[in-house]
Amino acid sequence: MVEITIRKRPRAEAVVTQRKFFKKTARGKVIKVLRERYLRNDVGCGIAGCRNCVHAGKITLPSGGSTKSKFFSDGHFVVPDTNVFLAQMDLMESNHFDPPLVLLQTVLEEVRHRSLPLYNRLRAMIKSEDKRIWVFYNEFHSETAVVRVQDETPNDRNDRGIRKAVAWYSSHISLINPTVRGQRPKPKPTVLLLTDDVQNRMKGEKEGIKCSSVVRKYVESLGDNSSQLFDLLSAEGDEIEPTNAQNTTRQALYPEHLPLSTVLAGVRGGHLHQGHFNASQFNYLEGSVSTAAFSRPVLLIGRENMNRAVQGDVVAIEVFDEKDWKAPVDQVIDQEAALKNDDAEDSEDEGEDEMLVQEKKVLQEERATAQTNAVKQPTGRVVGIVKRNWRAYVCHIDSTSLSSSHATSLSQQTVFATPVSRLLPRIRLRTRQAPALIGQKILVTIDRWDATSRYPEGHFVRALGKVESKEAEQESLLLEFDVPYRPFGKAILDCLPPEGDSWVVPPKIPNDPVWRDREDLRDFIICSIDPPGCQDIDDALHARRLPNGNIEAGVHIADVSHFVHPENPMDTEAAARGTTVYLVDKRIDMLPSLLGTNLCSLRPFVERLAFSAIWELTPDAEIVNVRFTKSVIASKCAFTYEEAQVRKDDKKLNDELTEGVRLLNSLAQKLKARRMAAGALNLASPEVKIHLESAESSDPIDVEQKKLLETNSLVEEFMLLANISVAQKIQETFPQTAVLRRHLPPPPTNFEKLQDILLKRKGLTLDVSSSGALAASLDKCEDPELPTFNTLVRILATRCMLSAEYFCSGSVSRDTFGHYGLASPIYTHFTSPIRRYADVMVHRQLAASIGYTSLHATLHSKQHVERSLDVINRRHRMAQMTGRASVEFYVGLALKGKGEKSVVKEEAFVIRTFRNGLGVFVSKLGIEGLVMFKGEPKYDAENYTLTLPSAEHGEVTIAVFDKVTVHIEVEKDRNTQRGKVTMTLVDPPVAHTL
Amino acid sequence: MASRVEILNDGGFRSDGRKQYELRDIIIDLSQQGSADGSVVLSHGLTQVSASVFGPREAKMRSQTLHDRANINVEVTIAPFSMGERRKRSRNDKRVLDFASTIKATFEPAIQTSLYPRSQVDIYINVLQQDGGVLQACINATTLALAAAGIPLLDFVCAVTGGVQSASPLLDLTTLEENDIPHLTVAMMPRTGNITLLTMETRLHVDRFEEIFQLATSAGHVLHREMKAAIKDRTRTLVAAMSVAPKAVGEKDPVYSERMDDS
Repeated sequence: MVEITIRKRPRAEAVVTQRKFFKKTARGKVIKVLRERYLRNDVGCGIAGCRNCVHAGKITLPSGGSTKSKFFSDGHFVVPDTNVFLAQMDLMESNHFDPPLVLLQTVLEEVRHRSLPLYNRLRAMIKSEDKRIWVFYNEFHSETAVVRVQDETPNDRNDRGIRKAVAWYSSHISLINPTVRGQRPKPKPTVLLLTDDVQNRMKGEKEGIKCSSVVRKYVESLGDNSSQLFDLLSAEGDEIEPTNAQNTTRQALYPEHLPLSTVLAGVRGGHLHQGHFNASQFNYLEGSVSTAAFSRPVLLIGRENMNRAVQGDVVAIEVFDEKDWKAPVDQVIDQEAALKNDDAEDSEDEGEDEMLVQEKKVLQEERATAQTNAVKQPTGRVVGIVKRNWRAYVCHIDSTSLSSSHATSLSQQTVFATPVSRLLPRIRLRTRQAPALIGQKILVTIDRWDATSRYPEGHFVRALGKVESKEAEQESLLLEFDVPYRPFGKAILDCLPPEGDSWVVPPKIPNDPVWRDREDLRDFIICSIDPPGCQDIDDALHARRLPNGNIEAGVHIADVSHFVHPENPMDTEAAARGTTVYLVDKRIDMLPSLLGTNLCSLRPFVERLAFSAIWELTPDAEIVNVRFTKSVIASKCAFTYEEAQVRKDDKKLNDELTEGVRLLNSLAQKLKARRMAAGALNLASPEVKIHLESAESSDPIDVEQKKLLETNSLVEEFMLLANISVAQKIQETFPQTAVLRRHLPPPPTNFEKLQDILLKRKGLTLDVSSSGALAASLDKCEDPELPTFNTLVRILATRCMLSAEYFCSGSVSRDTFGHYGLASPIYTHFTSPIRRYADVMVHRQLAASIGYTSLHATLHSKQHVERSLDVINRRHRMAQMTGRASVEFYVGLALKGKGEKSVVKEEAFVIRTFRNGLGVFVSKLGIEGLVMFKGEPKYDAENYTLTLPSAEHGEVTIAVFDKVTVHIEVEKDRNTQRGKVTMTLVDPPVAHTL
Repeated sequence: MASRVEILNDGGFRSDGRKQYELRDIIIDLSQQGSADGSVVLSHGLTQVSASVFGPREAKMRSQTLHDRANINVEVTIAPFSMGERRKRSRNDKRVLDFASTIKATFEPAIQTSLYPRSQVDIYINVLQQDGGVLQACINATTLALAAAGIPLLDFVCAVTGGVQSASPLLDLTTLEENDIPHLTVAMMPRTGNITLLTMETRLHVDRFEEIFQLATSAGHVLHREMKAAIKDRTRTLVAAMSVAPKAVGEKDPVYSERMDDS
């Protein structure tokens, strides 16, 4: 049993043992706080061989101190003050800095008070094995405790406490090594007060502390290691002011926003511009806004100019005069790294403090060295917010911002939540359950962002689950991209046919409503070709020779509009969802799965309703005529791409089905050739496929690039043909409200950078005057040594383009209908109504245009169509990003799995150079990454090269498009548990990789 | 930034310099207060409570009398200045009434009420200063005041608060600690080892409960020694004072000393 005692506190010492202070609460009330303190004599000094102290635990300080410094040949102990830790933490953490340290409680608490992240680093340092640090609890030792006297600042009191402790140690050491009469006195180690504070040192000298030193001088005295340590010495350490007591006035950090009415008037008046705020992915101090008035996005540099705008907000900006325009910085600045020592609880008195000064320095440095001839962009600042687009963000709790991480702690804490998306700032939130939330994905919403607060303030919504658990990651993805994923409600399911999955096409009898105006195509040899494992088959094909020598080809699309009637709950829900979202291991359906994977899915051997487009084509694939009809089909086979390919190539088979596939293929090849000749682009995007171990565990085992077969192209060509024919038809019938899809030609400025890089690095030119010219010049971008170079250029070129969008034919002028990528004057989406809502709308319009039904009133209204298409466009974009993010997560998991077994090394191409790093693209895995370097590599912005000191000798120069080998690792951020892929350069070998 | 204080730091010290199993300084002042039959001012560190006991006497209200035993009446007043933030609590404040009835329930098994049927024992408690462990202080003060009033008790009742920070148990918590960690208050009778009160207002893991409970119980024994010494001391001075007038100085009252020694 433990010994329980009563600590006696002598009455006479009440002044020393009681502390009274006044505290102002958040509401402005003043509260008197009385605390007591028990002074004791059993606080150990930590020096080996000391018989006067009682020591519990391991003694860390050697009895003779350290003799490394040339000033103190008799050995010494170092007692640093608070400023040393606040300013020179890197030095203190260094392995080369190893004198025995006495860390005073006063110092420890002051560090804790000033910056929790620094305190946590300090604590980790105390615990580490290779440091000799003894924490001396001077405030609890009866001989070293000090009391704040009248008119003394807390800081002066702490300094006095530190000096008193140093004095105590000095006298204590003489007790440890008493001079025995007749013997030569033993050398007495010195106790050195390490401080950069002039006043403190002077006072110390007055009080008889002879040995105090500036950090720089002390480091000099360390001799051999000092050069390495000098690098770590932070510049601000020289003779600084005493730690200023926290100034109490709350200072506005950001300019106030203009009121909304002023903003709107300004936008209308033309001197303000409105646009969506986009944060930079690489540099948290930079953002941009695309506006109609400027061809380039308007650049916003620095916190003040971004003025509390969050990714996605609609902001009003003021553009500076042209002489103040700047170019974006070529440097990667990570929020975490730059602000890791920032403190969550500083809200009370965030002034113009070190952090802000540092940020400014970073920005100015860049400006100073920034290339003068770089292309300048319009630059401006945010003056008002038109609309906040805040939502719930998926975050991780930053564990270093916690003041108490014990699982049992119930105290309310202010902590940082780091959003998963790098485009968002850290969010400050107050919670009582912080310790429980560490290592979890949580949902946080932003409540407000005051001008006086550096970070937005938010609150905790709910926990999603453990980091890296599949469920949490999946849900967080869906939330992050705003994908509606709730199960379908009863009202929606009630719209399904009451027969459920036993629904079948009714027998063909006259006057049956289902068979009205439907062609019976059940005898046609129709087949579908899809990726393996596809359940929602929405297209099927057939082809046959006609007696006149021409070919009849048909595309049959699931007749979703037969089941989904306009303006019922199911339709409304589908319109809101916009599209089906495909994750690696999950599909979030747009329509209930009864329709998607059963009734509408054109499965083989069952009768299904379809909407058919049937062409008569000449053997040269010229369209003779086209007709559209509702139909009933019975697919004869569901091929995968590979099966269809094998079937087609198998010369022994000559049945009707195979012949049909061959016929389709020959037509498709001609169609494609014609399309290419017209100037269609052959673009590339890094698509990879994830191999899952089994359906249940869904542990990824490998990643592979998607292979493209001839049959892929077959299906694609006929779908394009159908879409184009349908687009023409509905545009003719409904010139005002036809649902179409277009791809605007990219502005030539988008290509400037790529053109410049290609010219300078490879001597190649890119002609972007038209899609045909671009296609031709892309074909010429070859490097005989790098076979994948062409694909890489295509990927980069794709990124320069705009994304395709749905639009309402009556809302834009006729000459902007074109689809740039496909080089088609008109285009729409008709072929996947199960998974895209735009196709459902097109189906309804087509049905009306062939007189099958009348058009629902909503599709006559331009506003309604526009509004629906806005939603669909947004959902479509989000769905793409979700899918990509999901693949990325699985690539990460696969890498991690591989990384445990062996080192993952992959070939990568440099696609971007930064002042302090390289952007690389690993084509095999389809991922992009950053390789960062320490120090100051020589950066040539003009030639896109980075010159680094080599690990062996001399220097290496790396340029854009160079092939390098990188080592890929997936590691979790120690503090936030946010997983990230880190890459380091393996070949060419360089020194100082980060 | 109150939350910046560490409850238990790496050196094993609590925020006020105590170690895990150290109780705060306890001061017991048993001197006479007004016309009370027994009174005490007790402080555990900065928590200070005064308790006065009247009785057994006739109940003020006839309706309250019980025919077979004495009625215990506990009234608690919390001084508005007892906390940092001034706050007046009305006499009928639910929390205070609840507090009083907790104390009453604690003492019902300890006081030999059946010796005084149809009478009443009044216990008035004044909380003068709060710094954690108010209930513990109230119970200990009541025990002392009852003893000073000469009301027959079966045993002392000693109360201690215990909490747990992570996996380390702490005893006798201050406000700072009570706000941060789960805690419980145990009132025990040292001679029999009976527990007359166990309250918990925060959630505590069941695996930790046993340990803290045992610790708090043994801390009760330590407090008991202290309280007994104070009572003895007080009695000794009273006896000495009594013997000054009628008897010769230095003569002991044999009955008294014998009784005190075996309790």
